[in-house]
Amino acid sequence: MTTTQTLGYDSLWDLMARMTGDEKHDSASTSTLDVIWTLYDRVLDIPTHDHPDRDRFYLSKGHGPTAYYATLAAKGLLDLEALDGFASFDSPLGHHPDRRLIDAVEISSGSLGHGLALAIGATVGRVLRGNDGRSFVLMGDGELDEGSVHEAIALAGRLELGRLTAVVVDNRSSLLGWDGGIASRFTVEGWEAAVVDGRDHDALAAALSKPHPDRPKVVVAEVRR
Amino acid sequence: MTLLGTRPLTQRDAFNQTLLELMDEDPRVVAVLAVIGHSRLAEAGSLERHPGRVVDVGIREQTQIGVAGGLALEGLRPIVHGYAPFLIERPFEQIKLSLTHQGLGAVLVSVGGSYDASKEGRTHLSPEDVSLVSTLPGWEVHAPTTGAEVVDVLRSVVPGTGSAYIRLSGPEATQSLVEAPGTVTELQRGGNGSPTVLALGPAIEPTLRAAEGLDVTVLGTITPNPIDAAGLRAGLSGHDLLLVEPWLAGTSTSRVADVLADRPMRYHAHGVTDPEMSHYGSPAEHAAFHGLDEPGIRHRIEEVLAISKIGCGGLHR
Repeated sequence: MTTTQTLGYDSLWDLMARMTGDEKHDSASTSTLDVIWTLYDRVLDIPTHDHPDRDRFYLSKGHGPTAYYATLAAKGLLDLEALDGFASFDSPLGHHPDRRLIDAVEISSGSLGHGLALAIGATVGRVLRGNDGRSFVLMGDGELDEGSVHEAIALAGRLELGRLTAVVVDNRSSLLGWDGGIASRFTVEGWEAAVVDGRDHDALAAALSKPHPDRPKVVVAEVRR
Repeated sequence: MTLLGTRPLTQRDAFNQTLLELMDEDPRVVAVLAVIGHSRLAEAGSLERHPGRVVDVGIREQTQIGVAGGLALEGLRPIVHGYAPFLIERPFEQIKLSLTHQGLGAVLVSVGGSYDASKEGRTHLSPEDVSLVSTLPGWEVHAPTTGAEVVDVLRSVVPGTGSAYIRLSGPEATQSLVEAPGTVTELQRGGNGSPTVLALGPAIEPTLRAAEGLDVTVLGTITPNPIDAAGLRAGLSGHDLLLVEPWLAGTSTSRVADVLADRPMRYHAHGVTDPEMSHYGSPAEHAAFHGLDEPGIRHRIEEVLAISKIGCGGLHR
């Protein structure tokens, strides 16, 4: 990854504090922190935010985006100064990301259940254009409650989208839970699946980097709230 | 224009044929289906000629719009086709957030608008679609009345990158009466001060017949949004303006009032007022129920003519 400035993982907490004004962070942000960091630090190939062949990252679970913004800033994809005005009227950074305000954000999100279908369409589009870049989409286990997600899980499996990887951050937010485990909801539709510790960077990087050319893959990243 | 011998080119025929031509011409064009329309596109040859560019997601209408948004993210031109209530109403949040809020364009092409599917009952009726789409910024809405107009509309919107809703809906008109998509065309001229009747989409032909012999000006457009302000202003003949639209009554009133804000006008809305009417039957019977057949429209025009003679109080030209 080519960036103008980079900061390390240890900087993320300070960067998030610049947005929230204190060192406390909502569970939605902290639950995704290690997954997003590992993706940008060790998995995604993003030479520049507008490089046509870059890997795409779609944050479907737009809630608690300070971890996302902090990671983008640490990787030089977002001006550090932008963090200070978080959620103010003229800030590009709000409680849910807006792709029209931040160049490095691939999709606007917030309402749950939109990102996977968008990622499927974009992945199909890249195949049609002869582009073999990868697509990663992050959802939460609570987001899986949305029926639209299950429409999309089935479709991605049928389309055998081997360039598509979904990450489900499982912090037990789903009110009714998932009997049989989250992974089974995907594997029954033809997905490859892995379940890893959502705080273990090595395990996340290994699961997210391993090619799965013939079918989509879900990585269930388990974290404690 | 004809297809298959002397059979007139229907709106759906025109859509399927033109879509294939556009796919041949523009590598950005991708058809996104949710089962509806699949066999017709196959019959037209799209699947055989462009198998990767017809994406059928199954009966997953929310995902259908989301996939279209993803395709647009990558610079492709999604043409999304389906039944009006399932293309517009069911996935309305996806249209709002997975297309509009993302700043992405797509062309949505429906069949079965208003009461075309009258025998199917309320679940398949969607007179609200034009109104719903028009709440979103940046969307054009077209309601062609003939196959030839469908060709014109598709060829005007698909080459771009913006968002358009094209509503293929009956009854098929016997001829095209408007000059071009996006314009308001004068079809009958009334006397100075007479009411103006603006007919939209499939209401144009029955309105023109209904107004025969009455002292009213009749204007027509197949583009409810945006309204051709210049054409509308040029065509007005008095202070009373009756809008006849074969979808939810009043859908276009606020947009028309916006472009005539500097004119003293009195507006009259005529359209579907009771979507929960709980009847089956034919589209013609539904049109009659809503007063959108020729006798119903004529009756409404006569009411407006009577009101216009009362005067507008403080209104003056």
